[in-house]
Amino acid sequence: MSKERAAVLGTGQTHYRAKRQDVSMAGLLREAIDRAMADANVDWPDIDAVVVGKAPDFFEGVMMPELSLADAIGAVGKPLLRVHTAGSVGGSTGVVASSLVQAGVHERVLAVAWEKQSESNAMWALSIPVPFNMPVGAGAGGYFAPHVRSYIRRAGAPSHVGAIVAAKDRRNAAKNPYAHLQQPDMTMEKVQESQMLWDPIRYDETCPSSDGACAVVIGSERAAAAVERPAWIHATAMRTEPTTYAGRDQVNPQAGRDCAAALWKQAGITNPLEEIDAAEIYVPFSWFEPMWLENLGFMPEGDGWKLTEAGETEIGGKLPINCSGGVLSSNPIGASGMIRFAEAAMQVMGRAGEHQVDGARKAVGHAYGGGSQFFSMWVVGAEKP
Amino acid sequence: MTAVQPLSAPIELSFDYTRSTGPTLGRFLTGLARRQIRGVRAADGRVIVPPLEYDPDTHAALTDFVDVADRGEVVSWSWAPEPLPGQPLDRPFAWVLVKLDGADTSLLHALDVPAPDDMHTGMRVQARWAEAPVGHIRDIVCFEPESGAARAPAPEPDAAAEDVTMVTTPIAMKVLHTASIQETLYLQGLKQGRLVGQRCPQCRKVYIPPRGACPVDGVPTEEEVELPDRGVVTTFCIVNVPFLGQKIPIPYVAAYVLLDGADIAFLHLILDCAAEDVRMGLRVEAVWKPSEEWEYGLQNITHFRPTGEPDAPYDSFKEHL
Amino acid sequence: MRSVAVVGFAQSPQVRRTTGTTNGVEMLVPLIGEVFGGLGITKHDIGFWCSGSSDYLAGRAFSFVSAVDATGPVPPINESHVEVDAAWALYEAWIKIQTGEVDTALIYGFGKSSAGDLRRTLALQMDPYTVAPLWPDSVGVAGLQAQLGIDQGKWNEQDMAEVAVRCRRDAETNPFAQVTGSKDADALLAEPYLAQPLRRHDCAPITDGAAVIVLAAEGRARSLAERPAWISGIAHAIDSAHLGTRDLTTSPSAVAAAQRADIDGVEVAELYTPFTHQELILRAELGLGDDVRITPSGGALAGNPMFAGGLVRIGEAARQISAGTAGRVLAHATGGPALQQNLICVMEGR
Repeated sequence: MSKERAAVLGTGQTHYRAKRQDVSMAGLLREAIDRAMADANVDWPDIDAVVVGKAPDFFEGVMMPELSLADAIGAVGKPLLRVHTAGSVGGSTGVVASSLVQAGVHERVLAVAWEKQSESNAMWALSIPVPFNMPVGAGAGGYFAPHVRSYIRRAGAPSHVGAIVAAKDRRNAAKNPYAHLQQPDMTMEKVQESQMLWDPIRYDETCPSSDGACAVVIGSERAAAAVERPAWIHATAMRTEPTTYAGRDQVNPQAGRDCAAALWKQAGITNPLEEIDAAEIYVPFSWFEPMWLENLGFMPEGDGWKLTEAGETEIGGKLPINCSGGVLSSNPIGASGMIRFAEAAMQVMGRAGEHQVDGARKAVGHAYGGGSQFFSMWVVGAEKP
Repeated sequence: MTAVQPLSAPIELSFDYTRSTGPTLGRFLTGLARRQIRGVRAADGRVIVPPLEYDPDTHAALTDFVDVADRGEVVSWSWAPEPLPGQPLDRPFAWVLVKLDGADTSLLHALDVPAPDDMHTGMRVQARWAEAPVGHIRDIVCFEPESGAARAPAPEPDAAAEDVTMVTTPIAMKVLHTASIQETLYLQGLKQGRLVGQRCPQCRKVYIPPRGACPVDGVPTEEEVELPDRGVVTTFCIVNVPFLGQKIPIPYVAAYVLLDGADIAFLHLILDCAAEDVRMGLRVEAVWKPSEEWEYGLQNITHFRPTGEPDAPYDSFKEHL
Repeated sequence: MRSVAVVGFAQSPQVRRTTGTTNGVEMLVPLIGEVFGGLGITKHDIGFWCSGSSDYLAGRAFSFVSAVDATGPVPPINESHVEVDAAWALYEAWIKIQTGEVDTALIYGFGKSSAGDLRRTLALQMDPYTVAPLWPDSVGVAGLQAQLGIDQGKWNEQDMAEVAVRCRRDAETNPFAQVTGSKDADALLAEPYLAQPLRRHDCAPITDGAAVIVLAAEGRARSLAERPAWISGIAHAIDSAHLGTRDLTTSPSAVAAAQRADIDGVEVAELYTPFTHQELILRAELGLGDDVRITPSGGALAGNPMFAGGLVRIGEAARQISAGTAGRVLAHATGGPALQQNLICVMEGR
């Protein structure tokens, strides 16, 4: 059986900042939702269902906050579903919303993903001491930095590649009015001068902590007929593997490789590097750009850094990556995956403004979470699949 | 097999959440700081208290604020015979839905009466205000039966007081954490200065700590395997960030240590050498605390240190990266 | 729509306290084994996995991550998780099968309520600015709902006790039930109040538990089960969060879900009602007459594994079909304070 076609009708984002103290949680969500609905040119009665994504409830200290937000996000009387798949949740929320349309159940679905980290302190929420467990006390950077070191060793990558990524993403962010970090003059040299935090990861190679929300409206083929240039959903995929297991490849996780393979197959793509015009990839630490280039199958194993070093991931390069500035420039955790998905859609809709890739026809959105173990991805295109 | 009693210990969660209110709730809370209760008029004309930020029907932002009385009538109630931590009163009270005079919806709060016999739906109640309101729902300490007696007038609002934009909400709770049977055996080993892993009956891999479910096969690990306290650094990072509660001077090394005979590495500290001398493949051994300090945890090993043996060849551990 | 059926169901004993971890692994490993054994399949036959659980119940962030180990997810699996009762995970899985991407799905839910103070934890579901800071516990909130109906003459304490009597008696034949008993209503009403107007028999017990269901699409379903429970309709909806703006004696979201799922002609209804008066609300709102057998498992009043309880209702209702004791059944799940969110799943034998 073939699924119904589905398309992104509109996207909306908040301004990302360390502390959005000008709004409540509901106000934060509505800022993204109202923009997405205006972009999609739809009104509340048009929305059939709402899907909400968010990382752990401890960040805001509200158990299942979508329950108390139901009124503000227009869900009362409608189906409301809350997704939580760790850091990949923003992407997973987009996938679930797509499925609701592709299954033929709904005409238009509103999906919103968010985090208001300033309600608490993510570092606190993530490091609540668990009895009988010894904290090595190194944080998220301490968790991922050893795997970055493994990558550098395996690929024989030169040490400045991470700095190239960070400088590029920060310069891209300066073209995105919503981005948290605005550093138009960032250079590789400045990144290399920043403090080494978790060697081999420097301060400027890490993501900020942000408040923010992102929303998309996904509609059926009939609903998309009313939109001038929707982003057609060509493929979606999700994969999960354990946090640790004997023999697990933590640099190039099988779940990511399998997820990408399923994605490309569903999208009818045989050569991703040639066929994809823009990619929004979840890169919270700069080195994950070359790592994911390999994991996604854009480059052979060990060669990801070569594309980055050659400048081909810049806007105007062979495969522009994170034209929005990416997670390195804005990281409202639960929303970050959906921002990748939305930015990919904006590229093929021609609505990416100053960070638009000329003539982008096909783009990929990517998110991951946990210990590089939860993956969600989509391919969107300007043409119907 | 003798029954093993799993180890357990409480997790105490406590945090003061800082909630920015946005304009609508801010206006309500600013009112409370002045002993004034404000609602908002919805598109259908109803006055909603506490105010909703968005209209229930049109979903437009609501901005037509209406002052309502701090007294009204009980719409429903239930008895709270044994108050829980954090609840408004520390003696038996009633939960009430109160429809304030001038409002069309009701507000949830506590009512201070001695016994359920003193309760009935429709009874008149009034707010009991805090001595020094700050702009928080708990500025209303609780409600109490309406009395004919004149109440002290509300203090003159402090004209200089700023509008409320933030509320602080402490949330504290306790949850009992329980280790799995497999982890308990491992922890009991550590208490005796031993490193005890377990082998998966299906894939035959040795896990330390052992698992309630082998992540590959979904079955519990079972056969115990005693492991030596030495192994190899597979990969690592040098930590230059001072962390809350971290007593080790920076820089220090956090490394994945793969014990000889184990099939999975765990994170630990590498000390007793310069951070820049740590390498992938470095052979290390455990440094234990004095045995009288041993408890149920891997912290019985303060850190690992180089053994001085030749490095393990990359190929011997590359499958563990 | 593709025809999709419940073909496998397993549940843990519903008990006051287990000695397992809060990540559910100890409860889930045997259940997954049981359901696979019964169907003669392995994890490689499952196209999609989806679970429901809560970090706040476990008291730690990402509590569902370790639970995934119980599935043995190597090679990697197509998997998702909802922070809601696993009945909604089943809904997501049903949607995934409808897209045609997969033909089978395994759904699991788990909750170890004994680890914390459940009725207090649930206060954190309320509005975080104006309600949760008062810590209104779940029993207190349910009492407000019950008293409203009593005052309006919609039900009385006798009606509520009759619900408990029937559930406890039905639970006598449910080997998984935690609370059973054969006392009559007069005996129950002679007991003191727990929190007026509620007595202990009006409230679900605190329960640790888990459940697993396997769904299969047409084609696969008939080869896996002799009498699959075909899902003829499934829908859910949510009501306002603001208790003071809702008529708490009604359930518009349950009615909306029932209309979309089409509940006409059901012979059995497994209702997820943690409080006796909530069954009375649903029976009236859904128009379930005396000819409909209500919650023959004993329901949540006999055992309430949070985040799995709705999935258990679907499994219990499906069992009526697979056992041939009913031809068309309804299962209901709920979430949030005072029946805020409701799901209806209608199944039938064909």
